Parts: sequence; structure tokens; C-alpha cells
Amino acid sequence: MTGNPYLLAAYVVTWVIHIGYISTILTRYAKLKREILALKKK
Amino acid sequence: MKKAFPILGVLTAILLSYALYQALVVAPTEQTMGNVQRIFYYHVPSAWTAFILFFVNFGASIVYLMTRKTAADIVALVTAEVGVVFCTVVLVTGPIWARPVWGIWWTWDMRLTSTLVLWLIYVSYLFLRRFSSGGQTPSLAAALAVLGALCVPFVYFSIWFFRTQHPQPVMGGGGSIDPRMLHALLINWLAFSCFAFLVCWSRYRLERLQRDVDQAHALQSLLDPRGSPR
Amino acid sequence: MTPPTGITRVTLLKDLRLEWRSKDAINSMLFFSLLVVVVFSFSFDPSAEESRQIAGGLIWVAFLFAAVVALNQTWAREIRNQVLDAYRVSPAPANALFLAKTLGNFIFVSVLEALMTPLFIMFYRLRALGPAWQLIPVTALGTWALVVNGTFFAAMSLRTRSREIMLPLLLFPISIPALLAMVQATTAILSGENSARFWIVLLVTYDLVFTTMCLLLFETVLNAE
Repeated sequence: MTGNPYLLAAYVVTWVIHIGYISTILTRYAKLKREILALKKK
Repeated sequence: MKKAFPILGVLTAILLSYALYQALVVAPTEQTMGNVQRIFYYHVPSAWTAFILFFVNFGASIVYLMTRKTAADIVALVTAEVGVVFCTVVLVTGPIWARPVWGIWWTWDMRLTSTLVLWLIYVSYLFLRRFSSGGQTPSLAAALAVLGALCVPFVYFSIWFFRTQHPQPVMGGGGSIDPRMLHALLINWLAFSCFAFLVCWSRYRLERLQRDVDQAHALQSLLDPRGSPR
Repeated sequence: MTPPTGITRVTLLKDLRLEWRSKDAINSMLFFSLLVVVVFSFSFDPSAEESRQIAGGLIWVAFLFAAVVALNQTWAREIRNQVLDAYRVSPAPANALFLAKTLGNFIFVSVLEALMTPLFIMFYRLRALGPAWQLIPVTALGTWALVVNGTFFAAMSLRTRSREIMLPLLLFPISIPALLAMVQATTAILSGENSARFWIVLLVTYDLVFTTMCLLLFETVLNAE
């Protein structure tokens, strides 16, 4: 990085926010997969 | 259709990396603000992307009100959520940029202020979706989305006039922009737009799956008189 | 079939008659308005020079609070007597009902404002340095903006959990441009420093657009299922 802490902070925070949102999608997806398996067993 | 997703994912990742390179290395350093100005290449494209997403939300809501198709409702939900995420990025990178440049965390700059109001409108939309029950949600949400979208020009006009009466520091600088900076800006915008599309697509598939599962559960409760454990 | 204006008029008169007879809502609202003005006067020292400059904003925030409390009651009576269901199955156009409710709320909130304004003028020693007559259209347009959206969102909130909190949650963000206009116009007139003309035009446009859209969309909200 070109030496400015604010610049680094801004870019990191951007990706933290995006990755945070994507991980909520992924965890919900995993939970749904488990539910589908449970439904299929019935 | 499903095979396209990983391919697009890889392409988007490459594009984002190239955009990052453009922003940090290729674009020239700004004269007055120095390297901190490079936040611009993330801040502004995020704002534009959020705006596009909210526009799609408006379109999808109108389509829903006219056709009552579930797909339109899901597109509306998805674009609102992802739009709020991008809006949040704008609202967080803004202060991070303002602090070293102006010494203040917040400025009632045109873009920041209107983004804040946009964020508030669409967060209230998401609250409505969460707090209303089942069958009514799509119609109510669509009505709110239309009103919210119509509010946007008023937001911009009122804040614009307010700012001409009470001038504030302008972020992002006025005047002409160096073509290499413009290039980096547009590349980042393209990269983030592709990224937004992929995230929306994933969220869409998740929502479809969720609704199918909910329907399956409902069906099962109907068929099984003893009630099904969840 | 009765024309829509007939239905609007009948519903409006019914609401006004009920309010007048019960007096519960009126009395509690009047007292609430008084309390708001007094609390604001303690919070924002009226003798300070700065307070007179923000008086425009203070007044409108006070009006906003009063309006939200009034609006929350708007549909409560209807719910209690299942009147909404009756409206849904009747052939009467939904927006006639909406118009009646909005007009009723407008009258109600205007009465509250008429009470609060002299108190504010007294406590804050307000003088209009600009054209004071302009305060009338500003107040009318601003109140209408709050009330038309407020009535609409109050109906929407009925269908949600936590309906009392949903109303301000939905109303405030969308009202921001109108609020900015109301406050700036009032400040401009009181201070005499700027012309309120732009803000008045903005309010007129805002009112036209949102009244039209609420009338068009109310049917959807009423029948959402």
C-alpha cells in the first residue's frame, strides 16, 4: 500500500463489508441445505 | 446457467484485481490530497452501483405491482439489500476520506448527504419487509419502493439547493478530471458492477431456495396432521 | 353509486363527529403538544441567540412528533370496529377513504399546530423578519406533506408487527426532503435573509407527486394479501 493508513483502512473496510454480507448469504445457504436434507429424509 | 456463475466469478475477481491495480498504482497521485484521494476509486463507484441497484429495485417493484410475479418481488428484495450494502460502503469510506483531508469525520457534502438519505429510505424498506407478514409483504414493499424511488429526485434537489445556500467542502474535487484518473474510476465502476451482479445473483438463488423450502415445510404441515418438527 | 367525493365527504364528517364527541384524542393530543413545546424550551434555551436561528427547525420537529402521535391513532378506531374489512368488500373506491382520512388528519394536526405556534412565539420571542404571510402556505403545504405520507404509512403499518414504531420508521426517511424544505422556508421567512420561494415550489411539487402516488397505491395497500 502506498503508505497512507486512511487509504488502507478505507479499502479494507470496503471488503470487510462485502465479505460480511456474502458470508451471511453463505451461512443461510448452508442452513437451507441442511433443512433440505432433513426434508428429503421424511 | 449455473456453469456461468463460476466463470463470471473468476472474471470478476480478475477485473477487481486489475481495478485495484489501476486505483493504487496506475492512477496519478492527486496534487492537493495525496494518496488518500485514491479512496475516490472505491467511494464513487460504490455510490454509482448503489444507485443503479436502487433503480432496478424501482423497476422490479413496478413490474411486481403490474404483474404480481414472484421473480420481480425477489429481484426487488435482492437489489435493495445489495444496494444498502454498497451504500454502507459509501457512508463508511466517506468519513475515512474526509478525516485526513478536512479534519472532520462528516461533511454535509452533496453525495454523502444524499447517500445517507437513500440509505435511510432503503433500510426502512428492508425493515418493512422484515416486519410484515407473509402474503402482504411483496405488495406493501413494492408500494414503499415506488414512493421511495420517487423521493430520490426531491432528495437531490433539496440538498443541492441547501448546499448552494450553505456551501460546504466538496469531496472528490470539482472541475476536470485527469483522463488516467477517469480511466481508473470507470474500471473500478465496471468491476464493482460485475461484482454487484454476482452478489445479487447469489442472493436471488438463495431467496428462491428459501421460498421453495418454506413452501415444502408448509405443505408438509398440511399433510402431516401431527405437525412437523422444524 | 355514490360518487367518490360523496364517500370522502361522508367519511370525513363521520371522523370529525366522532373526534368531537369522544374528545379523548383531542384532549390528550392538545396536552401532548403543550408538553412538547415546554420540553423543547427547556432543552433549547429560548433566550440564546442561536436558538432563534434554529427555531424554524425546532417548531417543525415538534409538529412532526405531534403528527406521528396523531397518525398512530388514525386507524386504531377502524381496526377496533373492523371497519377496514367492510371497506375492503364494499364497492367504494379505496382512495376515497384515504382522502377522507388524510383530510381528517390534516385538520386535526393543523389544530394542534395552531395551538403550539402561539406558545412557540411566546417562549422564543419569535418575530418574522421576512414576509410573514408566507408562513401560512409553508405550514399548510408542509403539514399536508407529513399527513398524506403519514396516513399512507399508518395504513401500511397496520399490516406489520410493532406497528407504532413502523410508522415513524417509514415516514421519516421519505419526508426528509419535505422537512428540509419546511425548515429552510420557515427559517428564511423568520430571519428574512433568503427567499423561501424555492422551498415553497419544492413543497408544492412534493405534495402533488406524493398525493397522486398515495391515491394510486392505496388500493394496493388496503387489499394486500
